[in-house]
Amino acid sequence: MDSQQPEPVSYLCGDCGAENTLKPGDVIQCRECGYRILYKKRTRRIVQYEAR
Amino acid sequence: MPKKGTKSTKGTDDEPQQQQNKLPDHLELQRTRVICKAGAPTHTEGFQYSGAYAAMGVDTSVSVDKFCMNFKVEVKRLTEDDMEFDMIGVDASIANAFRRILIAEVPTMAIEKVFMVDNTSVIADEVLSHRLGLIPLDADPRLFDYMSENDVPNERNTIVYKLHVSCQKGSPRLTVKSGQLEWLPEGSQLNMAAPAQSGNKQKTYTSFSQSQKDISKESLGVKFKDITIARLGPGQAIELEAHAVKGIGKVHAKWSPVATAWYKMLPEVVLLKEIKDDDAEKLVKKCPVNVFDIEDLGNGEKRAVVTKPRSCTLCRECVMGPSEEQVRLTRVRDHFIFTIESTGALPPEVLFTEAVKILEEKCERVISELS
Repeated sequence: MDSQQPEPVSYLCGDCGAENTLKPGDVIQCRECGYRILYKKRTRRIVQYEAR
Repeated sequence: MPKKGTKSTKGTDDEPQQQQNKLPDHLELQRTRVICKAGAPTHTEGFQYSGAYAAMGVDTSVSVDKFCMNFKVEVKRLTEDDMEFDMIGVDASIANAFRRILIAEVPTMAIEKVFMVDNTSVIADEVLSHRLGLIPLDADPRLFDYMSENDVPNERNTIVYKLHVSCQKGSPRLTVKSGQLEWLPEGSQLNMAAPAQSGNKQKTYTSFSQSQKDISKESLGVKFKDITIARLGPGQAIELEAHAVKGIGKVHAKWSPVATAWYKMLPEVVLLKEIKDDDAEKLVKKCPVNVFDIEDLGNGEKRAVVTKPRSCTLCRECVMGPSEEQVRLTRVRDHFIFTIESTGALPPEVLFTEAVKILEEKCERVISELS
């Protein structure tokens, strides 16, 4: 599990909704509007629910 | 002793050489009717004991021959998903058995598992899944098997739907309707989480060996295409797969094939005296469902008549106040007005025959247990 190549993670800007790709050490700031709150995206992993 | 009863009857039914003795009118009324007075209804209980009137020479025992002679079904209204019929000559317990079986034991198909890949809408995953479960599906449950705990989902027990919608950024809010659920006759398109071990194919959530198009001639879509599932704001998306299985309403109401099924005893409204002019007007006005009407007698006189007893809701408004002694309100004990509202998977008349089959099956099980 050692991180040879840290994968860039994409975040959504809390203000304008633009997608930002950040690597470790990057400044947490939106590239479009400069807003400093970014949200992590929802996982694409399949979640199973019972329809009840 | 047996003759005492027949003698006291007043009126028309006294034919001397009758094979079967008749009960006196007032007892016959108590036996066959529930009597509704202004207070509480009386004689609500049926007479179960076959020898209840044996002392009067009247045989009320139950036999198959008697049942076959008296039993009748009259269909009053039949549309695509709604039906009203009269079931005459059965005990309330049988009518109620059919009602309960219709609601809780006739199977249908309903979405049971939801595989959520993406849901960025404001509606929570659990709530969305629950909504999907309640959507009526246009699939004949008789073509499918029940899925038990250890079963693998296959084309015989599972119907797969896909919902893949997104709202573009900058576009107005989007409403997701049930019609956007897409039937996947070839089975699931989602791959199991574990990566394929250099095998031939990635494993999906179902293992179909043939297309469902070979099983069902019609496409297995949803019954109503205009049910709102969710609303999406700009940039939101839903991506999921839903698996429908066969089940019964006893387990969860989503599998109930009827919007509801109910019955009522046939109301019987009899005017004991002639009600004229002002009194007639008053009586007609009293009834909220217009059971009564006015008949013109020609010479400027008016008379109240009973025109629509079937629509009577037994509110007993007509037996309260001054008209109490003039109107007799009863229900016929063995005559049921049965209404079935289907949710769409099967037409109502088919639902009823399915219910009859289920009751038959239950009876056979009891017989085989006893023998």
